[in-house]
Formats: sequence, C-alpha cells, structure tokens
Amino acid sequence: MKNRLPKFSTFAFTILIIFVLWANIPNSIPIKFSLFGKKIDTAIPLLKIDTVIFGKKIQKNFQTKLGLDLKGGSHLLFQADTSKIPAADKKEAVESARNIIERRVNFYGVSEPSVQTITSNDTYRISVDLPGVGNIADAIKLIGQTAQLNFTEQASSEAKIATQSPPLFNITKPTGLTGKDVKKATVQFDNNTGQPVVNLEFSKKGAALFEKITGRNIGKPVGIFIDNLVISAPVVQQKITGGSAIITGQFTVDEAKNLATAINSGALPIPVKLIEQRNIGPTLGKEAIQRSMIAGIIGLISVVSFMIIYYGRLGIIASFGLLIYGLISMAIFRAIPIVFTLPGIAGFILSIGMAVDSNILIFERIKEEQRKGKDFRTAFAVGFGKAIDAIKDANIATLLVAFILFNPFNWDFFPQFGLIRGFALTLSIGVLTSLFTGVVITKKIIQIVFINNKNK
Amino acid sequence: MINFIKYTKVYFIISIIFLSIGIFSMIKNGFIFGIDFTGGSIVEYKLTKNVNETNLKNKLKLSSIEIISINKTNDKIFSIRTSPINEDQEGELRKKIKDVFSTNVEILRFDSVGPALGRETVNKTFIASLVALAGILIYISFTFKKFSYGIAAVFATVHDFLILLGMYSLMTLFFSAEVDSLFITAVLTTMSFSVHDTIVVFDKIRDYKKTSALSIDILSNKALTETMVRSINNSLTIILMLIPLVVLGTESIRFFAAALLVGTITGTYSSPFIAVPLLVIFEKKK
Repeated sequence: MKNRLPKFSTFAFTILIIFVLWANIPNSIPIKFSLFGKKIDTAIPLLKIDTVIFGKKIQKNFQTKLGLDLKGGSHLLFQADTSKIPAADKKEAVESARNIIERRVNFYGVSEPSVQTITSNDTYRISVDLPGVGNIADAIKLIGQTAQLNFTEQASSEAKIATQSPPLFNITKPTGLTGKDVKKATVQFDNNTGQPVVNLEFSKKGAALFEKITGRNIGKPVGIFIDNLVISAPVVQQKITGGSAIITGQFTVDEAKNLATAINSGALPIPVKLIEQRNIGPTLGKEAIQRSMIAGIIGLISVVSFMIIYYGRLGIIASFGLLIYGLISMAIFRAIPIVFTLPGIAGFILSIGMAVDSNILIFERIKEEQRKGKDFRTAFAVGFGKAIDAIKDANIATLLVAFILFNPFNWDFFPQFGLIRGFALTLSIGVLTSLFTGVVITKKIIQIVFINNKNK
Repeated sequence: MINFIKYTKVYFIISIIFLSIGIFSMIKNGFIFGIDFTGGSIVEYKLTKNVNETNLKNKLKLSSIEIISINKTNDKIFSIRTSPINEDQEGELRKKIKDVFSTNVEILRFDSVGPALGRETVNKTFIASLVALAGILIYISFTFKKFSYGIAAVFATVHDFLILLGMYSLMTLFFSAEVDSLFITAVLTTMSFSVHDTIVVFDKIRDYKKTSALSIDILSNKALTETMVRSINNSLTIILMLIPLVVLGTESIRFFAAALLVGTITGTYSSPFIAVPLLVIFEKKK
C-alpha cells in the first residue's frame, strides 16, 4: 500500500506536465512520419476545452493575449456628461451609451475591441480599447458623435410673423420623428450627381409619421438635424409614402459611412468627451516584446547558472522546478486569459525571482539541518517543513499587497487602472503558482531523484 | 555566529546618509512627473532622415502647439512632450515635421491625458499604499503575535519607500527619468518585497524563540547569520533578472527596472539591518 501512493502521484505529475506543455504550444505542430510503411500525417492542435460540467458550458482556447502596449493599438477614455440626467437614471444612460459605442466600434471590424464603463463617485467613464486601428482620428469622431437625428418643420404661421426670421431658421419645431424611428441607414450614391447620400428606411411607426409630416408640409421645407446642426432642409414636393428618405449633404464617402453607422447604432443618450488617449504604433510594441524577451532569457540563464554553481545538484533540480513553474504560469495566463502588458511581464519576472526564493529557502534550511549532523533524508523532511512556514507567511504578505493593487471589488478610492491591475494579477498568479511548484513539484523531484535512488 | 547587532549604529548611520542624500535631492530637484500625473501629450516619431535636435526645436516653436520638451531617444526617434493636444493637432504637428524636413514620419506613440486624471491617480495610489501598510502591520502583528514585529517591519518598509523615492529623484536629475504609473508599480513592488524579506528573518527569530530562552540580541544574531546567505542569494537572483531589463529594455521599461533594482537592494538591506535591529531595540525596552 505504501508504495502505491508515490506511484499514483508520479502518474498525476506526468499528466500535469503533458497538459501544461500542450497548453503552451504557440501553434499547432504538424507530425509527419512513416511507421511500418504507413504514412502518418497529422498535427497536434492547439489545446481547446469545450465541455459541459455541471450544466455549465466551458469553452477555452489557450492563446497568449497581448495588451495594447505590446501589440499596438489605441486606448480611449471618454467621460460622460451626466449633468442633465436625473441621478436615478445615470447608470442606465451610461450603460446604454456603452452599448451604442460598442456597436459603432464593431463597425471598424477590429479584432477583440473592448468597451467598458468605469464608475467612480459621480464620474462615469467609458474606456474603449481598439487593437491596431490605423486612422484613429476618424474612429474618435465616430465614437464620440452623439448622433441625435431629428426631423423638424416650420413653426406655425403666427409664430413666423412674430419672429420675422428667415425661413431656414424657422424650421425648428420638432415633429416627433427622430433617429429612433429609423430602421436602417445605408450609404447610396445619387443617380444624377454621383454624390454619396444616406438613405433612411423608417420603421412602421416612423413611416406613418413621415407620411403625415410630408403631407402637411407640401411646398415647405423640412429640416434634418444631427446633433442640433442642420444637415439639409429639403422642400417637400409631395407626400412621401414609401417609408424612406434620403439625406443629401456635402458628404465624402467616409463621412456618409460614419453618419450611417452612427444612425444605425442609435443616438448616444448622453454627450461624451475624450479625456485620455494612448496610441501605440505596432513597431514600438514589437520592439518592446523582443527586447524584454531577450532580457528575460539572459536573466533566466544567469539565474540558472548561479543556482547550479552555488547549489550544485540541488540547483539543477531548482532550475528544472523553475522551468515547470514558468510553463505552469504561462498555461494559467493563457487559460484565464490574462492580457500581457509591460507591467504584467515585469510582475511575472518578479514572481520568477520569488519562486527561486522559495527554493533557496528550502535548500538553506535543508543544509542547515545537515550541518546539525542529520542524514539527507531527515534533513530534507525537517528542513522542508520549517521552510514552508516562512514561505507561506512571506507570500501571504505579497498576496495581500497584490490584492489591494488589483482592487477586486472596484472600490473607487483605490486605483482602478489597467496597468497596475495587470501587474498585480500576474504577480499574484505567479506567487500562487510558485507556492505550488516550490512546495509540491520541487519536493516531488527531490523525492524521485534523491530519496528513491538512495533506497536502492 | 556573527555579532550583527553590535554594529546597529553603523547601519543606522549608513541609512541616514542615504536617506539624507535622497531627501535633499527630492527637495532640491524634485521629480519630473509624466503625463499620467500632469496631463498633457507625448508623441513619439520615427523619422527616415537624420534631423538635428535643436533645429527641430526651433522650427516647431512657431507652430500653434505648445512644446514642453523634445528628446532624441534613439538615432532617428524623437519624443515630443506638449500641452494636451487632440488627434487633429497631432496630425498637424506630424505634417509640419514632414513638410519642413521633407522626411517620412512614422508615429510610434501618441498619448494624451486630461489634467484632472493625474490628481486622481496620485491620491488613490497613496490611499492604497497606506491601506497596504496598515494591512501588513496587522498581518505581521497577528502572525507573530506581537505588535513590535509589525512596527519594525513597517519602519523598514517606509525606509525603503523613502530611499527609492530619493534615488529616483537622482535618476531624474541625471537621466531625466519620469514619475509615471510604472514607477508607482515599482514603489508598491518594493514595499511588498521588503516585507517579504523581513518576514523570512522574523520567522527565523520566532523559530529560535520557541526552543531557547536566550536574549533577543543573541537570537537575532543567530537568525541573521543563518539567513544572510539566503537573503543575498535571493536578491542576487532578482538582480540578475533585472539587470538585462535595465540594459536592454525599451525607454518605458528601463527606468521601471532601474527603480525595481534600487528597491530590491534597499529591500534586502533593510530586513537584516533596519527591521531586526529595531525589533531588538523595541523588545529590549520592555
């Protein structure tokens, strides 16, 4: 019985290593060879989990996700002006603005955009992350556009006499027909001039309203306003029943496209203002990754050499443990997935240092017990147990700090920005993993290599 | 066993010298705050032609955008700091450089931060650090069942915090390093590393106290002698990881790694030479 347990854990250990290695492969690996005259041509695919556990669908792809600072892209932060919204409706208004912005962003076809609301005290912000968008100025204009579409008509004749203003300025009376009644807006080209125009297709209610409005305004202008700016004010020739209208203006093709997108996504319920933007060109990120990678590899090699020179055989084991540590953490980062940013990489590198520390603590304690004249086996058992206390206490303190930095409950008196969060997250995952590898894996390897051998 | 505690005065004098240099530099030179704190814009351009720095400065003076500083970071790479500008103004600036120097301009980075955001970041980070310190105080006092352990550890952490700030202000003076959110991350890391290191030594003292009735100085000396190799080896591994980053890292990560390096060294120093002597003083006073 006593012998079966270690065998089982060795088995579990092997399974774990295979799983972790599989989770870390960057691309699918093709396998081509012939066996007994049979040609085998297959590939190890990327690890994918797609199962149902306890009625919950679990789907995971294992792929490394890079942050904007590494792969290039734009981070935009908009502040919502909620001053005119009653306090009870603020949250909802910001949430609906977020959804509309998301729809507009999707128009750009970027992969994995992220649109989030950030609330702190009474300020409401919407952050938009766009990986690799070329023309960011256009994107900003489209996202920030309120796009309140309004149809207006001339004020009643009495009012007209009273104000004596030119007819165009008089078309200010709202008709009740707005962007909400538009089913679909598309870009078309005028048959005669070739100019891009925006075609509006009304909903049932909108079509009926439009019919009424055009019916009572024959020979008079109807104003089309977007964000309180008159876009066009055509004079109605006849009652329009088809349920569609055309906005002509001096549009470029892009402007017409943006307007159509803005109308389609709906009007923003509140105005938003851009207060922060960070744009990283693709070259800078690539360089940062390359240089950090080289730095990381040089660092790792020096750490491993140092450990082996100083601790000899134990150092080799620790380096092996470190390798497993690195692979497990990478697998976790890919599984969650954690978006890698520069501070995130720094947090990871720091946690490597702390993982080594666990090993050094254990080795020093074992050496200490050996100096007291104990044989390796006893020294290992006693030293290991003593080291665990220190490792546990020290790492809990680190986790405590990481916890506060990560701010999981989104308390608004703590920092809420992504950079520091990324750092805290990689650091805490690193520390937790190092607890596991330092305590479980290193122990296992020492048992396999030393204790089992010495028994024979 | 080495009698470490005997030289307590020497450690304190060394610390006081470094603290004074740092605090003097902080008062005299202060820091350069990055746009994360002050608000403003930074653009980084890569040109296809060699352009003289002062020439660029003079030509851009005339433009409508207020230029705060221009730095040549690499052969053909310039980073220009301005008052807050929007994406249209950035386009103008780029076009101007393109036209005046007839070179192609590739945009590497364009950051623009509103001024209100900076204040908020500083305040929140400060509160978070205070809460973290309080948390550490409570946690250590609780696990070691003595308040003096917690106080000594927090003193050492504050010591490291001040040393790092002081040394960074020297880096600001000599290499114009900026205080940005990465630096804040470095400060917080240093604090957690410092506590980590202190706990390891304290743990050893606690361990000896369980089985021995000897005085706290002797136990501390024993613990320091036993943990010294581990402390040095441990920080050496972190230093080995950081040095390549300082040498090879891109602009934004280089100063971050340098700050972490200072933090690692002071964090390692403060555990045996500040936290433990303080603990001995506190325990003896009772």
